[in-house]
Amino acid sequence: MAITNSYIQEKLIEKFGEGVANFGEPYGMLTFEAQKDLNLKILQFLYNEPTLQFQFMTDLTAVHYPNQVGRELAVVYHLHNLVENVRIRFKVFTDINTPDIFTATKLFEAANWMERETYDFFGINFVGHPNLKRVLNVDEMDYFPLRKEFPLEDQTRIDKDDEMFGRG
Amino acid sequence: MDHHVKLPEGSIERQTTTLNLGPTHPATHGVFQNILELDGERIVSSEQTVGYIHRAFEKLAERRPLYQITPITDRLNYCSSPINNMGWHITCEKLLNIKTPKRVDYLRIIIMELSRISDHLICNSIVGVDSGAYTGFLYVMQYRELIYEIYEEICGSRLTTNIGRVGGFERNFNATAFDKLEKFLREYPKVLKEFGNLFIRNRIFMDRLQNTGGISAERALNYGFTGPNLRAAGVDYDVRVHTPYSSYEDFDFTVPVGKTGDNYDRFLVRDEEMWQSLSIIEQAYKKVQEFKGAEAEVYHAEVPEYYLPKKEDVYTKMEALIWHFKIIMGETAIPKGEVYQSVEGGNGELGFYFISDGGRTPYRLHFRRPCFIYYQAYGELTRNGMLSDAIITMSSLNLIAGELDA
Repeated sequence: MAITNSYIQEKLIEKFGEGVANFGEPYGMLTFEAQKDLNLKILQFLYNEPTLQFQFMTDLTAVHYPNQVGRELAVVYHLHNLVENVRIRFKVFTDINTPDIFTATKLFEAANWMERETYDFFGINFVGHPNLKRVLNVDEMDYFPLRKEFPLEDQTRIDKDDEMFGRG
Repeated sequence: MDHHVKLPEGSIERQTTTLNLGPTHPATHGVFQNILELDGERIVSSEQTVGYIHRAFEKLAERRPLYQITPITDRLNYCSSPINNMGWHITCEKLLNIKTPKRVDYLRIIIMELSRISDHLICNSIVGVDSGAYTGFLYVMQYRELIYEIYEEICGSRLTTNIGRVGGFERNFNATAFDKLEKFLREYPKVLKEFGNLFIRNRIFMDRLQNTGGISAERALNYGFTGPNLRAAGVDYDVRVHTPYSSYEDFDFTVPVGKTGDNYDRFLVRDEEMWQSLSIIEQAYKKVQEFKGAEAEVYHAEVPEYYLPKKEDVYTKMEALIWHFKIIMGETAIPKGEVYQSVEGGNGELGFYFISDGGRTPYRLHFRRPCFIYYQAYGELTRNGMLSDAIITMSSLNLIAGELDA
Protein backbone atom coordinates (compact mmCIF):
# COMPACT_ATOMS: atom_id res chain seq x y z
CA MET A 1 0.00 0.00 0.00
CA ALA A 2 1.37 3.26 -0.99
CA ILE A 3 1.47 5.75 1.81
CA THR A 4 -0.36 8.99 1.21
CA ASN A 5 0.39 12.47 2.41
CA SER A 6 -2.69 12.52 4.61
CA TYR A 7 -1.60 9.27 6.26
CA ILE A 8 1.82 10.72 7.07
CA GLN A 9 0.16 13.84 8.40
CA GLU A 10 -2.16 11.80 10.64
CA LYS A 11 0.72 9.76 11.98
CA LEU A 12 2.75 12.84 12.79
CA ILE A 13 -0.10 14.63 14.52
CA GLU A 14 -0.92 11.49 16.48
CA LYS A 15 2.67 11.30 17.70
CA PHE A 16 3.64 14.94 18.12
CA GLY A 17 0.35 16.80 18.44
CA GLU A 18 1.08 20.48 18.72
CA GLY A 19 4.72 19.99 17.83
CA VAL A 20 3.98 19.84 14.12
CA ALA A 21 1.90 22.38 12.25
CA ASN A 22 1.25 24.23 9.01
CA PHE A 23 0.79 21.20 6.81
CA GLY A 24 0.62 21.90 3.12
CA GLU A 25 1.30 20.31 -0.22
CA PRO A 26 3.07 22.77 -2.49
CA TYR A 27 3.48 21.06 -5.85
CA GLY A 28 2.50 17.72 -4.36
CA MET A 29 5.17 17.43 -1.69
CA LEU A 30 3.97 17.21 1.89
CA THR A 31 5.48 20.13 3.79
CA PHE A 32 5.17 20.99 7.44
CA GLU A 33 6.78 22.91 10.23
CA ALA A 34 8.08 21.47 13.44
CA GLN A 35 9.14 22.86 16.76
CA LYS A 36 12.84 23.38 16.84
CA ASP A 37 13.64 21.05 19.72
CA LEU A 38 11.63 18.26 18.08
CA ASN A 39 13.60 18.04 14.85
CA LEU A 40 15.66 15.04 15.84
CA LYS A 41 12.70 13.21 17.37
CA ILE A 42 10.74 13.71 14.17
CA LEU A 43 13.61 12.52 12.00
CA GLN A 44 13.98 9.50 14.23
CA PHE A 45 10.25 8.77 14.17
CA LEU A 46 10.06 9.10 10.38
CA TYR A 47 13.11 6.85 10.10
CA ASN A 48 12.01 4.08 12.44
CA GLU A 49 8.22 3.95 12.14
CA PRO A 50 7.65 0.77 10.11
CA THR A 51 4.96 2.28 7.90
CA LEU A 52 6.90 5.45 7.12
CA GLN A 53 10.60 4.64 6.83
CA PHE A 54 11.99 7.89 5.52
CA GLN A 55 15.51 6.59 5.53
CA PHE A 56 17.12 8.65 2.82
CA MET A 57 18.11 12.23 3.41
CA THR A 58 17.89 13.98 0.08
CA ASP A 59 18.73 17.46 1.14
CA LEU A 60 19.33 19.73 4.08
CA THR A 61 19.62 23.46 3.79
CA ALA A 62 18.47 26.69 5.38
CA VAL A 63 16.65 29.87 4.42
CA HIS A 64 16.92 33.29 6.00
CA TYR A 65 13.80 35.42 6.52
CA PRO A 66 15.08 38.61 8.17
CA ASN A 67 11.59 40.03 8.66
CA GLN A 68 10.19 37.20 10.74
CA VAL A 69 11.33 38.30 14.17
CA GLY A 70 12.09 35.38 16.44
CA ARG A 71 12.05 32.85 13.63
CA GLU A 72 14.52 34.27 11.16
CA LEU A 73 16.22 31.07 10.09
CA ALA A 74 14.51 28.00 8.70
CA VAL A 75 16.33 24.69 8.40
CA VAL A 76 14.74 22.64 5.64
CA TYR A 77 14.94 18.85 5.48
CA HIS A 78 14.01 16.85 2.40
CA LEU A 79 13.47 13.19 3.12
CA HIS A 80 12.70 10.33 0.79
CA ASN A 81 11.17 6.94 1.35
CA LEU A 82 12.83 5.08 -1.51
CA VAL A 83 10.68 1.96 -1.23
CA GLU A 84 7.34 3.71 -1.45
CA ASN A 85 8.87 6.57 -3.40
CA VAL A 86 7.40 9.36 -1.31
CA ARG A 87 9.17 12.60 -0.56
CA ILE A 88 8.45 14.99 2.28
CA ARG A 89 9.88 18.27 3.42
CA PHE A 90 9.86 19.81 6.84
CA LYS A 91 11.13 23.01 8.31
CA VAL A 92 12.36 24.03 11.67
CA PHE A 93 12.42 27.72 12.49
CA THR A 94 14.86 29.27 14.91
CA ASP A 95 15.71 32.76 16.00
CA ILE A 96 18.95 34.18 14.73
CA ASN A 97 20.56 34.88 18.10
CA THR A 98 20.48 31.30 19.34
CA PRO A 99 20.44 29.23 16.18
CA ASP A 100 20.91 25.90 17.94
CA ILE A 101 19.47 22.84 16.21
CA PHE A 102 20.14 19.22 17.03
CA THR A 103 22.34 17.47 14.53
CA ALA A 104 21.07 14.66 12.33
CA THR A 105 24.49 13.12 11.86
CA LYS A 106 23.74 10.22 14.20
CA LEU A 107 20.97 9.12 11.86
CA PHE A 108 22.39 10.11 8.50
CA GLU A 109 26.07 10.22 7.60
CA ALA A 110 24.97 12.36 4.68
CA ALA A 111 23.94 15.12 7.06
CA ASN A 112 27.53 15.69 8.10
CA TRP A 113 28.68 17.92 5.27
CA MET A 114 25.22 19.26 4.54
CA GLU A 115 25.10 20.58 8.10
CA ARG A 116 28.60 21.93 7.78
CA GLU A 117 27.53 23.73 4.63
CA THR A 118 24.44 25.11 6.36
CA TYR A 119 26.59 26.27 9.25
CA ASP A 120 29.06 27.78 6.82
CA PHE A 121 26.48 29.88 5.01
CA PHE A 122 23.84 30.57 7.65
CA GLY A 123 25.56 30.07 10.98
CA ILE A 124 23.19 27.39 12.22
CA ASN A 125 24.80 25.75 15.22
CA PHE A 126 24.16 22.03 14.94
CA VAL A 127 24.37 20.78 18.51
CA GLY A 128 26.27 17.53 18.76
CA HIS A 129 27.85 17.66 15.32
CA PRO A 130 31.19 15.84 15.34
CA ASN A 131 33.10 18.36 13.26
CA LEU A 132 31.18 21.58 12.82
CA LYS A 133 33.48 23.85 10.84
CA ARG A 134 33.28 25.65 7.56
CA VAL A 135 33.36 23.46 4.50
CA LEU A 136 33.35 25.64 1.38
CA ASN A 137 34.48 29.03 2.70
CA VAL A 138 37.79 29.84 4.34
CA ASP A 139 38.07 29.21 8.04
CA GLU A 140 39.00 32.83 8.75
CA MET A 141 35.66 34.14 7.50
CA ASP A 142 33.76 35.90 10.27
CA TYR A 143 30.28 36.15 8.78
CA PHE A 144 27.65 33.90 7.22
CA PRO A 145 27.35 34.94 3.58
CA LEU A 146 23.96 33.56 2.56
CA ARG A 147 22.16 35.61 5.17
CA LYS A 148 20.16 38.36 3.58
CA GLU A 149 22.06 41.20 5.22
CA PHE A 150 24.92 40.56 2.82
CA PRO A 151 23.64 41.81 -0.50
CA LEU A 152 25.54 41.26 -3.71
CA GLU A 153 27.06 44.29 -5.33
CA ASP A 154 24.45 46.74 -6.53
CA GLN A 155 24.59 46.54 -10.31
CA THR A 156 23.76 50.23 -10.66
CA ARG A 157 26.46 51.60 -8.38
CA ILE A 158 28.52 54.40 -9.88
CA ASP A 159 31.11 55.10 -7.21
CA LYS A 160 33.52 52.52 -8.53
CA ASP A 161 36.24 52.87 -11.14
CA ASP A 162 35.23 50.23 -13.60
CA GLU A 163 37.89 50.93 -16.18
CA MET A 164 39.86 47.87 -15.13
CA PHE A 165 36.86 45.61 -15.51
CA GLY A 166 35.81 46.64 -18.99
CA ARG A 167 32.67 48.34 -17.77
CA GLY A 168 33.90 51.93 -17.61
CA MET B 1 78.74 20.55 19.35
CA ASP B 2 75.24 19.54 18.57
CA HIS B 3 74.90 19.69 14.80
CA HIS B 4 72.13 17.17 14.42
CA VAL B 5 68.89 18.15 12.76
CA LYS B 6 66.30 18.85 15.44
CA LEU B 7 63.24 16.74 14.76
CA PRO B 8 59.86 17.63 16.18
CA GLU B 9 59.09 15.85 19.38
CA GLY B 10 57.51 12.46 18.91
CA SER B 11 58.44 12.23 15.26
CA ILE B 12 60.75 9.27 15.68
CA GLU B 13 58.16 7.23 17.51
CA ARG B 14 55.46 8.07 15.05
CA GLN B 15 54.85 5.22 12.66
CA THR B 16 52.86 7.06 10.02
CA THR B 17 53.56 9.67 7.36
CA THR B 18 51.37 12.63 6.55
CA LEU B 19 50.92 13.27 2.86
CA ASN B 20 49.17 16.14 1.17
CA LEU B 21 47.41 14.84 -1.92
CA GLY B 22 46.35 17.93 -3.76
CA PRO B 23 44.87 20.57 -3.93
CA THR B 24 46.51 20.59 -7.34
CA HIS B 25 47.64 17.17 -8.30
CA PRO B 26 47.59 15.67 -11.78
CA ALA B 27 45.92 12.51 -10.53
CA THR B 28 42.96 14.12 -8.84
CA HIS B 29 41.33 15.64 -11.96
CA GLY B 30 40.15 18.72 -10.17
CA VAL B 31 40.93 20.74 -7.11
CA PHE B 32 40.66 18.34 -4.22
CA GLN B 33 42.86 18.24 -1.17
CA ASN B 34 43.26 15.11 0.87
CA ILE B 35 45.48 15.04 3.89
CA LEU B 36 46.40 11.41 4.17
CA GLU B 37 47.91 9.61 7.10
CA LEU B 38 49.93 6.80 5.58
CA ASP B 39 51.41 3.67 7.02
CA GLY B 40 53.78 2.78 4.22
CA GLU B 41 51.47 2.87 1.22
CA ARG B 42 48.40 2.05 3.24
CA ILE B 43 45.97 4.81 4.17
CA VAL B 44 45.25 4.96 7.88
CA SER B 45 43.00 7.99 7.79
CA SER B 46 42.31 10.92 5.56
CA GLU B 47 40.78 14.32 5.76
CA GLN B 48 39.13 16.04 2.83
CA THR B 49 39.26 19.75 2.21
CA VAL B 50 36.91 21.16 -0.39
CA GLY B 51 35.84 24.58 -1.53
CA TYR B 52 38.82 25.64 -3.63
CA ILE B 53 36.63 26.69 -6.53
CA HIS B 54 33.60 27.83 -4.59
CA ARG B 55 31.89 30.56 -6.60
CA ALA B 56 28.85 31.35 -4.42
CA PHE B 57 26.31 30.20 -6.98
CA GLU B 58 23.45 30.16 -4.52
CA LYS B 59 24.13 33.73 -3.51
CA LEU B 60 24.57 34.85 -7.11
CA ALA B 61 21.27 33.22 -8.04
CA GLU B 62 19.44 35.42 -5.57
CA ARG B 63 20.22 38.42 -7.75
CA ARG B 64 19.55 36.88 -11.14
CA PRO B 65 16.39 36.39 -13.18
CA LEU B 66 15.67 32.87 -14.38
CA TYR B 67 17.59 33.00 -17.65
CA GLN B 68 20.71 34.32 -16.01
CA ILE B 69 20.79 31.30 -13.74
CA THR B 70 21.03 28.82 -16.61
CA PRO B 71 24.71 29.64 -17.29
CA ILE B 72 25.42 29.14 -13.57
CA THR B 73 24.08 25.62 -13.79
CA ASP B 74 26.44 24.91 -16.70
CA ARG B 75 29.29 25.22 -14.31
CA LEU B 76 28.09 22.67 -11.81
CA ASN B 77 28.79 19.33 -13.44
CA TYR B 78 30.51 20.62 -16.55
CA CYS B 79 30.88 17.14 -18.03
CA SER B 80 27.14 17.06 -18.61
CA SER B 81 26.01 20.69 -18.64
CA PRO B 82 22.85 20.10 -20.72
CA ILE B 83 21.37 17.93 -17.97
CA ASN B 84 21.90 20.74 -15.48
CA ASN B 85 20.43 23.34 -17.84
CA MET B 86 17.38 21.25 -18.50
CA GLY B 87 17.01 20.33 -14.87
CA TRP B 88 16.87 24.03 -14.12
CA HIS B 89 14.37 24.71 -16.89
CA ILE B 90 12.21 21.81 -15.78
CA THR B 91 12.27 23.24 -12.24
CA CYS B 92 11.10 26.62 -13.55
CA GLU B 93 8.41 24.93 -15.62
CA LYS B 94 7.17 23.11 -12.56
CA LEU B 95 6.96 26.35 -10.60
CA LEU B 96 5.30 28.18 -13.49
CA ASN B 97 2.98 25.28 -14.33
CA ILE B 98 4.15 24.99 -17.91
CA LYS B 99 3.36 21.83 -19.81
CA THR B 100 5.90 21.10 -22.52
CA PRO B 101 4.89 19.43 -25.79
CA LYS B 102 5.92 15.80 -26.26
CA ARG B 103 8.33 16.63 -29.04
CA VAL B 104 10.21 18.99 -26.74
CA ASP B 105 10.40 16.29 -24.10
CA TYR B 106 11.82 13.80 -26.58
CA LEU B 107 14.34 16.26 -27.96
CA ARG B 108 15.39 17.03 -24.41
CA ILE B 109 15.80 13.36 -23.69
CA ILE B 110 18.04 12.96 -26.72
CA ILE B 111 20.28 15.74 -25.46
CA MET B 112 20.21 14.61 -21.84
CA GLU B 113 21.10 11.04 -22.73
CA LEU B 114 23.87 12.24 -25.03
CA SER B 115 25.31 14.19 -22.16
CA ARG B 116 24.94 11.22 -19.85
CA ILE B 117 26.98 9.23 -22.34
CA SER B 118 29.64 11.92 -22.54
CA ASP B 119 29.73 12.13 -18.74
CA HIS B 120 30.09 8.39 -18.20
CA LEU B 121 32.53 8.19 -21.07
CA ILE B 122 34.85 10.66 -19.42
CA CYS B 123 34.51 9.00 -16.06
CA ASN B 124 35.13 5.48 -17.27
CA SER B 125 37.98 6.39 -19.56
CA ILE B 126 39.62 8.38 -16.77
CA VAL B 127 39.41 5.32 -14.56
CA GLY B 128 41.33 3.64 -17.36
CA VAL B 129 43.92 6.42 -17.41
CA ASP B 130 44.42 6.21 -13.67
CA SER B 131 44.99 2.50 -13.84
CA GLY B 132 47.53 2.90 -16.60
CA ALA B 133 45.52 2.49 -19.82
CA TYR B 134 45.60 5.72 -21.76
CA THR B 135 44.46 4.32 -25.11
CA GLY B 136 40.79 3.95 -24.25
CA PHE B 137 40.60 7.57 -23.21
CA LEU B 138 42.02 8.86 -26.47
CA TYR B 139 39.92 6.45 -28.48
CA VAL B 140 36.54 7.52 -27.08
CA MET B 141 37.40 11.20 -26.98
CA GLN B 142 36.47 11.58 -30.64
CA TYR B 143 32.92 10.51 -29.80
CA ARG B 144 32.63 12.99 -27.03
CA GLU B 145 33.75 15.45 -29.67
CA LEU B 146 30.88 14.31 -31.90
CA ILE B 147 28.42 14.80 -29.02
CA TYR B 148 29.79 18.30 -28.51
CA GLU B 149 29.31 18.99 -32.21
CA ILE B 150 25.66 18.04 -31.84
CA TYR B 151 25.29 20.50 -28.96
CA GLU B 152 27.02 23.07 -31.10
CA GLU B 153 24.40 22.71 -33.83
CA ILE B 154 21.65 23.36 -31.32
CA CYS B 155 22.96 26.01 -28.98
CA GLY B 156 26.26 27.15 -30.47
CA SER B 157 28.52 26.10 -27.63
CA ARG B 158 30.19 22.96 -26.49
CA LEU B 159 31.20 22.64 -22.87
CA THR B 160 29.19 25.20 -20.94
CA THR B 161 26.19 24.89 -23.16
CA ASN B 162 23.50 27.20 -21.75
CA ILE B 163 21.17 25.12 -23.87
CA GLY B 164 17.42 25.53 -24.11
CA ARG B 165 14.85 27.88 -22.67
CA VAL B 166 12.04 27.69 -20.17
CA GLY B 167 9.49 25.77 -22.23
CA GLY B 168 11.75 24.21 -24.81
CA PHE B 169 14.69 24.95 -27.06
CA GLU B 170 15.98 28.15 -28.56
CA ARG B 171 15.68 26.71 -32.08
CA ASN B 172 14.55 23.58 -33.81
CA PHE B 173 17.19 20.92 -34.43
CA ASN B 174 18.58 21.41 -37.90
CA ALA B 175 19.35 18.72 -40.47
CA THR B 176 23.04 18.72 -39.58
CA ALA B 177 22.22 18.02 -35.96
CA PHE B 178 20.15 15.02 -36.96
CA ASP B 179 22.80 13.85 -39.42
CA LYS B 180 25.38 13.98 -36.68
CA LEU B 181 23.04 12.19 -34.32
CA GLU B 182 22.54 9.45 -36.89
CA LYS B 183 26.27 9.20 -37.36
CA PHE B 184 26.67 8.87 -33.63
CA LEU B 185 24.02 6.17 -33.37
CA ARG B 186 25.62 4.31 -36.26
CA GLU B 187 29.23 4.42 -35.14
CA TYR B 188 29.18 4.66 -31.38
CA PRO B 189 27.98 1.12 -30.51
CA LYS B 190 31.05 -0.34 -32.18
CA VAL B 191 33.30 2.03 -30.29
CA LEU B 192 31.64 1.36 -26.97
CA LYS B 193 31.89 -2.37 -27.60
CA GLU B 194 35.58 -2.05 -28.30
CA PHE B 195 36.05 0.20 -25.29
CA GLY B 196 34.42 -2.50 -23.19
CA ASN B 197 36.63 -5.16 -24.73
CA LEU B 198 39.67 -3.17 -23.73
CA PHE B 199 38.72 -3.09 -20.09
CA ILE B 200 35.96 -5.27 -18.81
CA ARG B 201 37.66 -8.66 -18.89
CA ASN B 202 41.15 -7.27 -18.80
CA ARG B 203 42.98 -9.12 -16.04
CA ILE B 204 45.19 -6.21 -15.00
CA PHE B 205 42.27 -3.82 -14.96
CA MET B 206 40.09 -6.20 -12.95
CA ASP B 207 42.80 -6.77 -10.40
CA ARG B 208 43.21 -3.06 -9.92
CA LEU B 209 39.50 -2.32 -9.54
CA GLN B 210 37.88 -5.27 -7.86
CA ASN B 211 37.60 -5.06 -4.09
CA THR B 212 38.83 -1.49 -3.95
CA GLY B 213 36.74 1.44 -2.83
CA GLY B 214 33.72 -0.72 -2.07
CA ILE B 215 30.70 0.26 -0.03
CA SER B 216 27.66 -1.65 1.13
CA ALA B 217 24.15 -0.66 0.08
CA GLU B 218 23.20 0.40 3.63
CA ARG B 219 26.23 2.62 4.04
CA ALA B 220 25.75 4.08 0.57
CA LEU B 221 22.15 5.02 1.35
CA ASN B 222 23.14 6.45 4.69
CA TYR B 223 25.81 8.54 2.99
CA GLY B 224 23.22 9.87 0.56
CA PHE B 225 24.72 8.23 -2.51
CA THR B 226 22.69 8.54 -5.69
CA GLY B 227 23.22 7.78 -9.34
CA PRO B 228 25.60 5.13 -10.67
CA ASN B 229 27.50 4.98 -7.39
CA LEU B 230 24.39 3.95 -5.48
CA ARG B 231 23.29 1.54 -8.19
CA ALA B 232 26.72 -0.09 -8.14
CA ALA B 233 26.08 -0.89 -4.49
CA GLY B 234 22.89 -2.68 -5.48
CA VAL B 235 20.09 -0.14 -4.99
CA ASP B 236 18.00 0.41 -8.11
CA TYR B 237 17.17 4.03 -7.44
CA ASP B 238 16.99 6.14 -10.57
CA VAL B 239 15.18 9.48 -10.69
CA ARG B 240 14.20 8.83 -14.31
CA VAL B 241 12.18 5.82 -13.14
CA HIS B 242 11.07 6.90 -9.69
CA THR B 243 9.87 10.40 -10.47
CA PRO B 244 9.84 10.62 -14.25
CA TYR B 245 10.30 14.04 -15.77
CA SER B 246 10.37 15.09 -19.40
CA SER B 247 8.28 12.01 -20.39
CA TYR B 248 10.84 9.39 -19.35
CA GLU B 249 7.84 7.15 -18.60
CA ASP B 250 7.38 6.68 -22.37
CA PHE B 251 10.68 4.87 -22.69
CA ASP B 252 11.71 1.33 -22.18
CA PHE B 253 15.05 0.87 -20.46
CA THR B 254 16.58 -1.08 -17.64
CA VAL B 255 18.42 0.26 -14.63
CA PRO B 256 21.64 -1.68 -14.23
CA VAL B 257 22.69 -2.46 -10.68
CA GLY B 258 25.91 -3.80 -9.25
CA LYS B 259 26.51 -5.79 -6.14
CA THR B 260 29.65 -4.87 -4.27
CA GLY B 261 29.71 -1.11 -4.80
CA ASP B 262 33.43 -1.25 -5.58
CA ASN B 263 35.28 0.51 -8.35
CA TYR B 264 34.76 -2.34 -10.77
CA ASP B 265 31.00 -2.38 -10.27
CA ARG B 266 30.84 1.35 -10.69
CA PHE B 267 32.69 0.95 -13.97
CA LEU B 268 30.32 -1.77 -15.14
CA VAL B 269 27.18 0.13 -14.14
CA ARG B 270 28.33 3.17 -16.08
CA ASP B 271 29.22 1.03 -19.06
CA GLU B 272 25.78 -0.56 -19.11
CA GLU B 273 24.10 2.79 -18.59
CA MET B 274 25.74 4.04 -21.74
CA TRP B 275 24.15 1.16 -23.64
CA GLN B 276 20.79 1.98 -22.08
CA SER B 277 21.22 5.64 -22.95
CA LEU B 278 21.94 4.66 -26.53
CA SER B 279 18.74 2.67 -26.66
CA ILE B 280 16.79 5.59 -25.14
CA ILE B 281 18.24 7.94 -27.75
CA GLU B 282 17.24 5.55 -30.52
CA GLN B 283 13.71 5.29 -29.17
CA ALA B 284 13.46 9.04 -28.74
CA TYR B 285 14.77 9.71 -32.22
CA LYS B 286 12.21 7.32 -33.64
CA LYS B 287 9.46 9.09 -31.74
CA VAL B 288 10.71 12.47 -32.92
CA GLN B 289 10.58 11.30 -36.52
CA GLU B 290 6.96 10.26 -36.11
CA PHE B 291 5.86 13.87 -35.75
CA LYS B 292 4.62 15.11 -39.10
CA GLY B 293 3.62 18.46 -40.56
CA ALA B 294 3.21 21.32 -38.14
CA GLU B 295 3.90 19.06 -35.17
CA ALA B 296 7.38 18.36 -36.48
CA GLU B 297 8.16 22.07 -36.16
CA VAL B 298 7.29 22.30 -32.47
CA TYR B 299 10.34 22.98 -30.34
CA HIS B 300 8.94 24.98 -27.45
CA ALA B 301 5.78 25.44 -25.43
CA GLU B 302 3.55 28.39 -26.20
CA VAL B 303 4.42 30.46 -23.16
CA PRO B 304 5.42 33.88 -24.51
CA GLU B 305 5.63 35.37 -21.02
CA TYR B 306 8.52 33.07 -20.12
CA TYR B 307 9.94 31.80 -23.39
CA LEU B 308 12.65 34.13 -24.60
CA PRO B 309 11.75 34.86 -28.24
CA LYS B 310 14.04 34.49 -31.21
CA LYS B 311 16.32 37.41 -31.89
CA GLU B 312 15.02 37.92 -35.46
CA ASP B 313 11.51 38.22 -34.07
CA VAL B 314 12.63 40.69 -31.44
CA TYR B 315 13.95 42.93 -34.21
CA THR B 316 10.92 42.61 -36.47
CA LYS B 317 7.83 41.87 -34.38
CA MET B 318 6.27 44.05 -31.74
CA GLU B 319 4.93 41.23 -29.55
CA ALA B 320 8.27 39.51 -29.43
CA LEU B 321 10.02 42.77 -28.61
CA ILE B 322 7.67 43.39 -25.69
CA TRP B 323 8.12 39.91 -24.27
CA HIS B 324 11.85 40.05 -24.77
CA PHE B 325 11.99 43.33 -22.87
CA LYS B 326 9.77 42.07 -20.09
CA ILE B 327 11.70 38.85 -19.63
CA ILE B 328 15.10 40.50 -19.72
CA MET B 329 14.06 43.25 -17.33
CA GLY B 330 12.45 40.69 -15.05
CA GLU B 331 8.97 42.14 -15.29
CA THR B 332 7.11 38.90 -15.86
CA ALA B 333 5.38 37.67 -12.78
CA ILE B 334 6.76 34.55 -11.15
CA PRO B 335 4.30 32.91 -8.78
CA LYS B 336 5.08 32.54 -5.11
CA GLY B 337 5.88 29.06 -4.05
CA GLU B 338 8.51 26.51 -3.28
CA VAL B 339 9.40 23.60 -5.43
CA TYR B 340 11.87 20.77 -5.33
CA GLN B 341 12.66 19.15 -8.64
CA SER B 342 15.39 16.68 -9.31
CA VAL B 343 16.81 15.10 -12.41
CA GLU B 344 19.11 12.14 -12.86
CA GLY B 345 22.37 13.92 -13.48
CA GLY B 346 25.52 12.31 -14.78
CA ASN B 347 26.65 11.44 -11.27
CA GLY B 348 23.47 11.30 -9.25
CA GLU B 349 20.33 13.08 -8.23
CA LEU B 350 20.74 16.73 -9.10
CA GLY B 351 18.09 18.63 -7.17
CA PHE B 352 16.92 22.22 -7.34
CA TYR B 353 15.14 23.65 -4.31
CA PHE B 354 13.62 26.88 -5.52
CA ILE B 355 11.77 29.29 -3.23
CA SER B 356 10.09 32.16 -4.99
CA ASP B 357 8.57 35.11 -3.16
CA GLY B 358 7.04 36.46 -6.34
CA GLY B 359 10.00 38.68 -7.18
CA ARG B 360 12.05 38.69 -10.36
CA THR B 361 14.74 36.49 -8.85
CA PRO B 362 14.58 33.42 -6.62
CA TYR B 363 14.31 34.20 -2.93
CA ARG B 364 16.48 31.18 -2.33
CA LEU B 365 17.86 28.60 -4.67
CA HIS B 366 19.63 25.56 -3.37
CA PHE B 367 21.36 23.00 -5.53
CA ARG B 368 21.42 19.45 -4.27
CA ARG B 369 24.76 18.50 -5.68
CA PRO B 370 25.23 14.75 -5.67
CA CYS B 371 29.00 14.66 -5.48
CA PHE B 372 29.19 17.11 -2.59
CA ILE B 373 27.09 14.65 -0.64
CA TYR B 374 28.83 11.43 -1.53
CA TYR B 375 32.37 12.77 -1.36
CA GLN B 376 31.95 12.57 2.43
CA ALA B 377 32.29 8.83 2.11
CA TYR B 378 35.70 9.07 0.47
CA GLY B 379 37.50 8.69 3.77
CA GLU B 380 35.61 5.51 4.55
CA LEU B 381 36.00 4.15 1.01
CA THR B 382 39.76 4.51 1.03
CA ARG B 383 40.59 3.60 4.62
CA ASN B 384 43.01 0.67 4.91
CA GLY B 385 43.48 0.69 1.15
CA MET B 386 46.53 1.47 -0.92
CA LEU B 387 47.29 5.01 -1.97
CA SER B 388 47.14 4.03 -5.63
CA ASP B 389 43.66 2.56 -5.14
CA ALA B 390 42.49 5.79 -3.58
CA ILE B 391 43.32 7.56 -6.84
CA ILE B 392 41.15 5.15 -8.79
CA THR B 393 38.38 5.43 -6.22
CA MET B 394 38.41 9.16 -6.64
CA SER B 395 38.01 8.99 -10.39
CA SER B 396 35.47 6.20 -10.32
CA LEU B 397 33.24 8.19 -7.96
CA ASN B 398 32.96 10.74 -10.77
CA LEU B 399 33.75 13.73 -8.59
CA ILE B 400 33.43 17.00 -10.43
CA ALA B 401 35.01 19.86 -8.53
CA GLY B 402 32.73 22.43 -10.14
CA GLU B 403 29.66 20.70 -8.82
CA LEU B 404 31.14 19.85 -5.47
CA ASP B 405 32.12 23.40 -4.64
CA ALA B 406 29.23 25.14 -6.39
